[in-house]
Amino acid sequence: MDVTIILFLIGGLFLGWSLGANDAANVFGTAVGTRMVSFALAAVVCSIFVILGAVVSGAGAAHTLGKLGAINTVAGAGMAATAAAVTVYWMTRLGLPVSTTQAIVGAIIGWNLFTDSPTDIGSLIRILATWVICPVLAGIVGALLFKGSEALVHRMKPHLFRLDAYTRLALILAGAFGAYSLGANNIANVMGVFLFSNPFTTFDSDGGITFSATQQLFLLGGLAIAVGVITYSKRVMITVGQELVPLSPVGAWVVVIAHSIVLFLFASQTLEHWLARSGMPTIPLVPVSSSQVVVGAVIGIGLLKGGKGIRWRVLSKIASGWVTTPIIACIVCFISLFFLQNVFNQKIYEDAPYLLSGPALEYLERSGIDVDPLASLHGVRFAGLKSFKQALEGKAELDRSTTAEILQVARLEHIKIDPARLDKLDELPLDDSQKAAVRRLAGQSFDYPWMLADALSKQSPAWRIRPETTVNKIFNRDIVEKRQELYRVFTVR
Amino acid sequence: MALQLFGRTKDLERRVDEFLDVVADSALTFHRAVEIYLAEECSANFEEQVELIVQLETRGDELARSLELAMYYETLIPDARGDVLRLLESLDAVINAIKGILWYFATEIPSIPEDLRPDYRELSELSSACVDSLVIAVRSFFRDPKSVKDHLHKVRYHEKAADKVVTRLRRSIFAKDLHLAEKIHLRFFAERIVWISDMAEDAGDDLAIYAIKRVI
Repeated sequence: MDVTIILFLIGGLFLGWSLGANDAANVFGTAVGTRMVSFALAAVVCSIFVILGAVVSGAGAAHTLGKLGAINTVAGAGMAATAAAVTVYWMTRLGLPVSTTQAIVGAIIGWNLFTDSPTDIGSLIRILATWVICPVLAGIVGALLFKGSEALVHRMKPHLFRLDAYTRLALILAGAFGAYSLGANNIANVMGVFLFSNPFTTFDSDGGITFSATQQLFLLGGLAIAVGVITYSKRVMITVGQELVPLSPVGAWVVVIAHSIVLFLFASQTLEHWLARSGMPTIPLVPVSSSQVVVGAVIGIGLLKGGKGIRWRVLSKIASGWVTTPIIACIVCFISLFFLQNVFNQKIYEDAPYLLSGPALEYLERSGIDVDPLASLHGVRFAGLKSFKQALEGKAELDRSTTAEILQVARLEHIKIDPARLDKLDELPLDDSQKAAVRRLAGQSFDYPWMLADALSKQSPAWRIRPETTVNKIFNRDIVEKRQELYRVFTVR
Repeated sequence: MALQLFGRTKDLERRVDEFLDVVADSALTFHRAVEIYLAEECSANFEEQVELIVQLETRGDELARSLELAMYYETLIPDARGDVLRLLESLDAVINAIKGILWYFATEIPSIPEDLRPDYRELSELSSACVDSLVIAVRSFFRDPKSVKDHLHKVRYHEKAADKVVTRLRRSIFAKDLHLAEKIHLRFFAERIVWISDMAEDAGDDLAIYAIKRVI
C-alpha cells in the first residue's frame, strides 16, 4: 500500500476516533453517568459491538453516502474525512453538541462544490429527511417504550434492588445493541468516502471464509471508533449522563433502546430484505445522527410527562449545532481541498474525458432524454468535467437529473476485460453465473461503463436490472454495486 | 455475571425484609414490655423483654450497616440510595428510642398510680401501632411506591391519637396529689413513649417524599 494512502486514511481514522469519543456517550452515557455500569465495562462492550456492527452490517448505509458524492481519489476522501473530523473536534472543544453524520455530509457536499461534481439530490433529500424523521420517530418509540415499561413495572412490582439489577442488565444489553447499531449505521460516516478508492482487496481464506475489501475497510474504521471509545469517551459519557439527560435508570434504558431501534431500522439490510419480500415499503438505508436520535427519544419521554423538565435552552443549543455543523464542514473541506490541490499538488478528483458519441446519444434517447439539443456536441471530445458542463449549459435548458444522467453516460472510462486480470473475479462478491458472463467477455474493450453493463446484461440474466418494484429494488442495487466493483478492477488507468 | 447479580440482589432483599421485621418486632416487644411493667413492675419477665430489645437493636444495627456498605461499595440504586439510607437511619433511631425508654423503665423504676395505668397502656399500644404502620409503608416503598400514602395515613392517625392520650395523661398527672418530682418523673415517661410515635410520623413524612421521587 502506498504511504500517501495511509496518510489519507488517517483522516478517516481521526473521524472514526472522534465518532467513538462522542457518539459512544449516546449509547452508554446515561448508564455510566448514573453509575449503573462502570466505564470499563461500557468501553469494552461498546468497542466489541461497534466493530461487529461495522463489519457485519455496515455496507447498507455506506452506499447512500457514496451516492451523495462519489469521491474517487484517496486524497479527496481523506480530506473530506479530515474536514469532518476537524469540524467535529473543534465544535466539541467549544462545548457545542455535534453530529458526525452531519459533518461528513457537509464535507462531501464541499468536495462536490470544489470539483463541480453533481450532488445527487435524491440522496441528499433522503438524508436531510431522516434528520427530521429520525428524532420524531425516536420520540414516538421512546414514549411508547416508556409507557410500556411503566405499566410493566407497576404490574410486576419488583423489589427496588431487583429492579436495579434488571435495569443494569438491560442497560448493558441495550448498550450492546446500541453499539452494534452505531457501528452498522455510522461506519458509513467514517469510511463511506473511501468506498470508491478502497485500497484493500478481498481476502479469501483456504477455509472458505471471505473477508471483502469493504469489510476490511470497515474493520479499520471500527477499530478507530473503538479506540475513540476507550481513550476519550469517558468525560463525554459522564457529561451526557449527568447534565443533558435528567432521567431515572429505567428512563435511561428506554432512551438507549429507542436510539438503538431507530439506528438499526436505518441500517439493517436484513430488515430491508424482509420488508421487500413481504411486499411492504422499505426503510431507506441512510446514516443517521445518533445524537439527534437520543435527543428525540429524551424529548419524547419529556413530552409524555407533560413537557416539564425539558431543558429548552439546551435543546436550542443542540439544534443550532445541527445547522452549523454541515455548513462549517463544507467550508473547511472546500478550503482544505484548495490547498491540497494547489499547494501540495495532490489529486483530489479523478477527472475523465467526456464524449457524446453516437452510441452514447442512442443510449440517452432510449432512456427517454431528448437528444436533439445535444446534436451539436456529437463527436466533440472534452478534456474534463468542467469544460463539458459549460458546453452543456450553453446548449440546452436541462434539469438536474437529466444533466446528471448525461454526465454519467458521456464520461469516458476505458474498460478492458483483461484476461490476465480475470483471477481478480474471485475477490469480488459475484456468483458463478455472473463470473462466467464476465469471462465470456474476456479480451473485449468498452469506452463507457454502461457499455459493459449492457454487454453483461446480454450475456446473462444474472446481470439484468429487473423492473423497479419493492422486492427488485434490493436486487437492482446489488447489481449496481457489483458493476462498480467490476469497473474498479478492469478500468484502464 | 447475571447469576451473581441476581444472587446478590436476593440477599439484599432478604436483609431489607429482615431489618423491617426487626423494627416491627421491636415495636411489638416494646408494647408487651410496658404491659408487663404496668402489671408486674420490674419483674424477671420484664427484664427478659429488655434483653430481647437489646438483641433486636444490635441485630438492627448490623443489618443497617451491612445494607449501607453494600449500597455504597456496589453502587446500587444510585438514584434512590440516599433516600434509602436516610430511611434506614430513621428506622434505626426508632429502635434506639424503644431500647432507651425500656432502659429508663428498668433503671428508674417509675411508680405509676393504678388509675393512670390504662392511659400508659393505651399510649404504648398507639406508639407500637404507629411504628407497625410505618414498617408496612416502608415495605410498600420497596415494591409499590404508589401505595405508600395509603399506609402513611394510618401512621398519622395513630400519632394524632397518641398525642390526645398524652395530653390527657399530662393533665391527669398534674391534677393528682403527688410530689412535683413524682409528677415530672411520670410526665417524662409519658413523653418518652409518645416520642416514639412522633419519630415514626417524621419518618413517614420523609417516606412520602421518597415515594414521590421514586417514579421511573
